[in-house]
Amino acid sequence: MSDTHAQTVSYVRDTMLPETSPPSSQVGAVRWLRENLFSSVTNALLTLISIYVVYYVISHIGPWMVGGIWDAGSLAECREIRDATLGTDASVACWAVLGDRWHQLLFGFYPSDLYWRPILALIVFGGGIAPIMFDKVPRKTLILSALAPFVCFWLLWGGSIWLPISAALGFVVGYIAYGLISKSLGSLAGMIAALVLPLIYWIMISGPLYGALHNAAPIGIEFVESRAFGGFMLSVVIGLSAIVLSLPLGILLALARQSDLFIIKTSAVVFIEVIRGVPLIVWLFTAQLLLNYFLPPGTNFDLTLRVIIMVTLFASAYIAEVVRGGLAALPKGQYEGADSLGLSYWQAMQLIVLPQALKISIPGIVNTFIGLFKDTTLVVFIGLADPIGFSNLIRASTDWNGIYWELFIFIGAMFFLFCFSMGRYSLYLENKLQRENR
Amino acid sequence: MSAMTDPPKPAFRLSQLIYDTRYRSITIQVVALALIGWGIWWLVTNTIGNLAELGKDFDFGFLGQSAGYDINQMLIPYDNQDTHGRAALVGIANTLLVAVMGCITALVIGVLAGVARLSKNWVVNKLMAVYVEGFRNIPLLLWILLIHAVVSEALPQPNAFRGADPSASMLLGDSVALTGRGFYFPRIGFTNSLSGAEAVAPREGYTAVASGGLDWLVILGVLAVSLVGIKLIRNRASRIQESSGVRPTTWYTQLGLLIIPTGIVLTVLGATIVTPYLKGFNFTEGMFLRSALVSLWVALSLYTGAFIAETVRAGILSVSKGQAEAAAALGMQPGRTMSLVILPQAMRVIIPPLISQFLNLTKNSSLALAVGYMDVRATLGGITIAQTGRELEGMLLLGAFYLTLSLVISTAMNIYNNSTKLMER
Repeated sequence: MSDTHAQTVSYVRDTMLPETSPPSSQVGAVRWLRENLFSSVTNALLTLISIYVVYYVISHIGPWMVGGIWDAGSLAECREIRDATLGTDASVACWAVLGDRWHQLLFGFYPSDLYWRPILALIVFGGGIAPIMFDKVPRKTLILSALAPFVCFWLLWGGSIWLPISAALGFVVGYIAYGLISKSLGSLAGMIAALVLPLIYWIMISGPLYGALHNAAPIGIEFVESRAFGGFMLSVVIGLSAIVLSLPLGILLALARQSDLFIIKTSAVVFIEVIRGVPLIVWLFTAQLLLNYFLPPGTNFDLTLRVIIMVTLFASAYIAEVVRGGLAALPKGQYEGADSLGLSYWQAMQLIVLPQALKISIPGIVNTFIGLFKDTTLVVFIGLADPIGFSNLIRASTDWNGIYWELFIFIGAMFFLFCFSMGRYSLYLENKLQRENR
Repeated sequence: MSAMTDPPKPAFRLSQLIYDTRYRSITIQVVALALIGWGIWWLVTNTIGNLAELGKDFDFGFLGQSAGYDINQMLIPYDNQDTHGRAALVGIANTLLVAVMGCITALVIGVLAGVARLSKNWVVNKLMAVYVEGFRNIPLLLWILLIHAVVSEALPQPNAFRGADPSASMLLGDSVALTGRGFYFPRIGFTNSLSGAEAVAPREGYTAVASGGLDWLVILGVLAVSLVGIKLIRNRASRIQESSGVRPTTWYTQLGLLIIPTGIVLTVLGATIVTPYLKGFNFTEGMFLRSALVSLWVALSLYTGAFIAETVRAGILSVSKGQAEAAAALGMQPGRTMSLVILPQAMRVIIPPLISQFLNLTKNSSLALAVGYMDVRATLGGITIAQTGRELEGMLLLGAFYLTLSLVISTAMNIYNNSTKLMER
């Protein structure tokens, strides 16, 4: 019955139409535009406003930046070139200042024939931190990480090679003492020995040892005073040394804050809250004006070192909070598991808790570092020549008096490059952690 | 028939202090206390020794001495014969002013940017990403200097507004003047002011924001009472709706309650709009925001706004997609879904980091130093220390001020956190 139907009813189709392509508004760029930019009246309006803003900014800054003059010896010369080629009304950047002064913005007053030293130090630091940042690097290289700070110190400041070596020996003394004594007298005695013996070594032995070694074999490179440090190098040195030095301190503070012991916990809380409650700039002024009051009469050491100490203390409070977050994020079963295995507190921390907690905290530590690195610009207020300090110095010279934007843009771009890539790294770590914990 | 006897109590041995966990914690704490006490004692004796060597004493008496310097922005009356203590208070008021202004604008910018960053609109999305990343990755100090350079270099000086054919002109019907020295806005003056006639024409050098403080207090009080009244009307409407199912129309009573009492007070006080005008080489009257304040305010708002935008974005993303879908399934409009379903849940995630951003903004306001804004660091921690040579006392007071401020804010945050915490079994 149904098979006759098709012939009797004329309007039933018996062949399929060929497929047509979708309407032009549903494919390709048009569809994308419709969906993403003009899906509604408000959206269209927002799109147009945004495009206008982008156009406005680019049309004002673009020609100024692109048409900038790269080849001149001073601002006056820049203006002469501009007047000759573009007319007096044109407004163009004078990038020549960067060509003339880039070495000061990057290295400060560091001797120019020694620029290889900070660069090499940065590479050594990168090599030292690689095993910590990427777990594909072989574990054996962790020894390099331990050595890197001393090598960097020596490369940056120079002087006799025996100074960092005799200082590093203190850690070796502590390590050996812990190994020997914890075996025979227990881990607590080992810990105490590992703290006390290096202290005794540094106070009593390292000085004479350094003197003797230096006299016996005076090997060394040219000494550079910290006053010569400046520009981005100063920011990086302060930022990196503060973050590296503050890590152990921050971990101890975080553990103390989690502790059951009332006095230890209270003092850690007070320290952390006081440091975090007061702006860095006040701490920097404290380092500049007051640190000499708190130390024995007659002690005096240079401002860069004082700033590094102060920024280290400052960073340690922030690191402590990050690590505390990591400790709290660890499931309680891990602590209980360690206890049920009969591990002592320090064993449990060292073998079970800290490896996991620190891994969780690394993105937070990187973010703290980004904040700290940006904050190093504040040292300009206590007279250190960081990039902003140098931009003031360059502006004070007769050649470049009155140059603002070019320097600010360069400094901003450098900071952006550094901080943005660190931020991406921290994001990558967070994603990786999420994948691993799933 | 043998009575149970207690096991013999072992005598306390000294080694228990180390090996017995019951006593070890006490030992450790006593040692720690001794070390901390020794450290503090060491610092204090060093300080006393150093002070004695310099011939200084430890005395807060300088706060009562005459300051002898001028402050260019005052929210409370002050002149250079007043004490250092009062100068510090003026500085504190200035710090709080820029902090509060910054927090409000940063919140607005941050929420808008955070929502726009989640927009499906590609251009808006990317523009906001550029804004957020740009401000998050470049030091605040650089932004403050940059914005200050824009404000003070690129804007015309007041004298550009003078003459028959001025090169600059006022905006919005001759009521707003943006100059390199600062921004002039119209303000509300009171002809029948409660605090005397000077509220209309403030003394030279006064920041007019502060004028007629008593009048503003009265107005705000009346407004608050009106708001309470509106709340009561709404509650009553809800009660009627619950019992009868019909919500009475109340918008006109609400509107009346909002406008009429405040309007009456404003009329009684003789409120008039005072616009700034050129007098001599400068503008006079109106509200004056110094360029230092403007650039600090703008920089702090934009910088913190970028951080708040990320916070808001994370908060909204933290609410699971099912919530929005369920709301849509119930037939809710997108706007109501946002305000009734998503935002209340996102708030729990947003508020704690938001408060710590406010805290950061307040602490960052000490960068006022870069533009010469007279905040507490500039008065108490700057000129006062330089004039009296009391670094130790001055820095202690400065630190104590910031510490108190952040402790107050973080206590408030903890109370809020506890009240909104999800109840877990």
